[in-house]
Amino acid sequence: MTTSAKRFTAHPEGPHTLGKVRPHQTQNEALLFEKSSPGKRAYRLPPLDVPAVDIAKLLGPVYRENPGLLPELSEIEIIRHFTRLSTWNYAIDLGMYPLGSCTMKYNPRVNELVARIEGLAEAHPYRPESLAQGILEILDLLQRCLLDITGMDAITLQPAAGAHGEFTGILLTRAWHESQGNPRRKILIPDSAHGTNPATAAIVGYQVENLKSNADGGIDLEALARQVDSETAALMLTNPSTLGVFESQIHKIADVLHAKGSLLYMDGANMNALVGKVRPGDFGVDVMHLNLHKTFSTPHGGGGPGSGPVACKAFLEPFLPIPVLVRSENGPKDCPDAGDWEDTNAEPTADGCPPLFRAPAPRSEGERIGDPGALMLHPPGGALYWSYDRPKSVGRVRAFYGNTGMFIRALAYILANGPDGLRQTTEDAVLNANYVRKKLEDAYELPYKTASMHEVVFSDKRQAARGVKTGDLAKRLIDYGFHPYTVSFPLIVHGALMIEPTESESREELDLFIAAMHSIAREVEENPEIVKTAPHSTRISRLDEVQAARKPILRWKPAS
Amino acid sequence: MPYPSNYRYTREHEWISVDGAIGSIGITDYAQNSLGDIVYVDAPKVGDTVSANATFGSVESVKAVSDLFSPVSGKVIAVNEELKSAPDQINQDAHGTWIIKVELSNPAELGTLLDAAAYEAFIAEETAS
Amino acid sequence: MRYLPKSDEERRQMLAEIGAASIDDLFSSIPAEYRLERDLNVPRQQAESEIVEYFRAAGQKNATDYSSFLGAGVYRHYRPVIIDALVQRGEFLTSYTPYQAEIAQGTLQAIFEFQTMIAELTGMDVANASMYDGSTGAAEAVMMAVRVTGRSKSVVARTVHPEYREVIATYAKHQGLPATLVGYDPETGRVDLKSLESAVSVETAAVLVQSPNFFGMIEDIPAIAGIAHAKGALLIVSIAESVSLGIVHPPVEADIVAMEAQSFGVALSYGGPFCGVIAAKEQFVRQMPGRLAGQTVDGEGNRGFVLTLATREQHIRREKATSNICTNQALVALMATIFLAVYGKEGMRELAGHNLAKADYAAKTLAAQPGAKLRFSGAPRFHEFVLQTDEAPATWSRRLLESKIVGGVDLSRWYPELHNCTLWCATEMVTQAQIETAAKVLAAQPVEA
Repeated sequence: MTTSAKRFTAHPEGPHTLGKVRPHQTQNEALLFEKSSPGKRAYRLPPLDVPAVDIAKLLGPVYRENPGLLPELSEIEIIRHFTRLSTWNYAIDLGMYPLGSCTMKYNPRVNELVARIEGLAEAHPYRPESLAQGILEILDLLQRCLLDITGMDAITLQPAAGAHGEFTGILLTRAWHESQGNPRRKILIPDSAHGTNPATAAIVGYQVENLKSNADGGIDLEALARQVDSETAALMLTNPSTLGVFESQIHKIADVLHAKGSLLYMDGANMNALVGKVRPGDFGVDVMHLNLHKTFSTPHGGGGPGSGPVACKAFLEPFLPIPVLVRSENGPKDCPDAGDWEDTNAEPTADGCPPLFRAPAPRSEGERIGDPGALMLHPPGGALYWSYDRPKSVGRVRAFYGNTGMFIRALAYILANGPDGLRQTTEDAVLNANYVRKKLEDAYELPYKTASMHEVVFSDKRQAARGVKTGDLAKRLIDYGFHPYTVSFPLIVHGALMIEPTESESREELDLFIAAMHSIAREVEENPEIVKTAPHSTRISRLDEVQAARKPILRWKPAS
Repeated sequence: MPYPSNYRYTREHEWISVDGAIGSIGITDYAQNSLGDIVYVDAPKVGDTVSANATFGSVESVKAVSDLFSPVSGKVIAVNEELKSAPDQINQDAHGTWIIKVELSNPAELGTLLDAAAYEAFIAEETAS
Repeated sequence: MRYLPKSDEERRQMLAEIGAASIDDLFSSIPAEYRLERDLNVPRQQAESEIVEYFRAAGQKNATDYSSFLGAGVYRHYRPVIIDALVQRGEFLTSYTPYQAEIAQGTLQAIFEFQTMIAELTGMDVANASMYDGSTGAAEAVMMAVRVTGRSKSVVARTVHPEYREVIATYAKHQGLPATLVGYDPETGRVDLKSLESAVSVETAAVLVQSPNFFGMIEDIPAIAGIAHAKGALLIVSIAESVSLGIVHPPVEADIVAMEAQSFGVALSYGGPFCGVIAAKEQFVRQMPGRLAGQTVDGEGNRGFVLTLATREQHIRREKATSNICTNQALVALMATIFLAVYGKEGMRELAGHNLAKADYAAKTLAAQPGAKLRFSGAPRFHEFVLQTDEAPATWSRRLLESKIVGGVDLSRWYPELHNCTLWCATEMVTQAQIETAAKVLAAQPVEA
């Protein structure tokens, strides 16, 4: 239908290879509304077992006769519609997705299964805590795991995404400074930072002060020392930086800040380079957020949902959002909705809990492996409950307790890995990035030579000389069966190619990617037009973004 | 494209053309060229006041947004409504497309602006660096 | 380490090609004193069967065989099985934000369909690609109204979900956005229009109400809009129960609708992930937070979809962005899109009608018990109602729990003046038998110990 005349094949290893992924072979698929015809149905409700009501009469003036232009389709049409749409997406399940800073790792399927277990997926957030102990135990175990992984003292799971975690972390920062008598005025943010950092600082009422990177792309300690003053609330630092570089002066950075009473906030976007190898709490971080959808394998799902827990040092704990999960050492009587259960006929048990509170007894074998002090899956005794009595809290950042479905998945990932697996994961992520760096540095400009951790940032300098930019190289990668890397970020690298392979790529897949990148570099020399007009293998070619923004069409309307 | 010699320019790439007490303000050809296809112009309302060197709106391309800085202080007496539906007029004729018209409250401010030759020298310097 | 596709031999070869003697060489930029020299203190590696067993046990501990009358912002509706079948396709599940439009048309077209259906249902011109949830969506809507009007104050009804109000307060606190609370009419449980009128001034950016409100009552949106608009303020209507839109008139008089779409096929999941959404009148679109998918064409004129109006967002505008929100709830929005496709035009009416009938029956049956009555009346309800009892809720709720019934939520936690009042919800999932059992147990005399 589209570009057959100018379709170019992408054969990194010669004409005998078909390339890797062959997407977009499906036919066109109209919008749901265009497929609709009156009278079709994909549902059937059970017969109403209570007396029918006169809806129009009950609702009176607010009665709605027509719920709008919703489609009318049968079930098979809906299945086909969304299945066809799905084939137009690239995905981790199809191949390497080296989107820097996004940690596009494998999303284990067991995570999906356990998140849908009835007692977990069907739990209402306002059910009595006595009926939610199973889910609270999951949250508690996840919290304890994340605290050890980060080396921090306290945690909230409430934030719904990374940027929401930043918001929460900076709220904690502000609340603490206020408790010291001065909220302070500004937040320092390196020029290499993700755009959410300054946006977050602004909504917490701070001025943003830009911190210029040094020649290595890291924090310039002297500039930092000059800029930090008694009005600096915090530095928001991504470590490893968006260049994939660990701030080796991190302890000095923390010292400079702490000497002026400022805090060190860490954006944990790049935590996949650190888990099991080094802990932010040990190198001076006061407060940080994690991205469960990056480091802990919860699915990106086309853009979300995410989850952005915030971990902090003990001095920030009083300010955590309400409610906070607490384990009662005194058993269920501290549980506010447990009532005076002793008055009921329920048999008190050995651990002082009524049956619903009782944790399964620890099994003698298999519960404690690794360190003798390793966390138990099932800590005995004590009920978990939500504490709202937190006078210093910054308040709520969202309704209920957070994206629980993501907590379940993240914990399943941690359990599947264990301490050895988490460390090996980090090592493989760093190994893969360094392998890609080594194999591509002859073909692409490496603007910063500092050691890479889990991602590597090249620039399009050599290709730009031939009129080909990073965005073009990225589009051409699509023809070779890969998702592009992150384009034009971080801003401190002109024409950046930000590549994060993650640990999920085998050597074979990495070699295919490397061959594709070399092949594209050759094409830039020999036939740059192929690259500048890519992609050629997709259902549609490059879309007119100018028209989309000048005259936005944001919804379907029937042809009139 | 030549920079009209009767216009005055800012280092933020706006031009102003003055007729009596009324100044018409737009962005330079250099600015439209570095932004690319302009998709939206955010302008103030008639009756708003603008101050010299302060932002009064923004122009957007698909992937960039640039604040508009007023060359002078004064009151907005007209806004180019055509830009709402056809922002690309700026791309086609940057120096002939005004964004707002302002009644100058302090004409002495004009003296601080660049003339065409000085502006051209300024952008030559910017391009080189 | 079943997720890692490498043998130790391959690792050694790759290290050799890099020119590193050992993996630790690659971590040498981390100062030695900070390197973790021990195992993490997390449970040991579990087999897949053990993982499933752990979570099954946790699920069972949660007790699944209770009937429930809980609502209050989270609603149990039937989830058609094709939702999970489709959203678990790897192409949806394991893709990310559709920045590369040519290989993300599936996600983009689905978002465009979502935006269309939300706009249709809410009576607004445009809807975004989703927000975190209803509470943060309401807070973002207030901030949006502040940008549109250039004013800073907001007036918030006490009948808005209490946790939404807490979130709004958290967001507003440091941006200098004072909010005034307006009470409710003690008879109808709806916003007190007189108080509202005196609270709204020419400095008010936004009036925020919820409808159906936290007590389940449907607000008089035209009257509230009149009061807001008379002073040049925007009206934001928060909708926590989106299924109501099947039969309840949409708030077309509003300027912004901030909705929680959890009811459209999203599991309760103990409170998240859910699916907030902001819809608005067309003229405010450039002040909207969050992502938007728009229709355009490719080089050959084929229809396609892209993320658009990205200049509102933080990767371009940084501290001047409309919001710091960077993700949307794409997969959850996809669930909602599939749900709406399944029910469609007729199904949404029929489903909402069943909810209305169940709640009407439950309200009448429970209120008919001795010592029980409905707290608010004189205005239309959807599927929630406030029950006032002579007996303390703490006492009868324990009796209900023994009969494996979770009754209404105690309102005194948020509304101390609503003594012995509980908020009940009956969706299409509640059966007549469950309603009658609940009524019987509620009426039963406490057993003397």
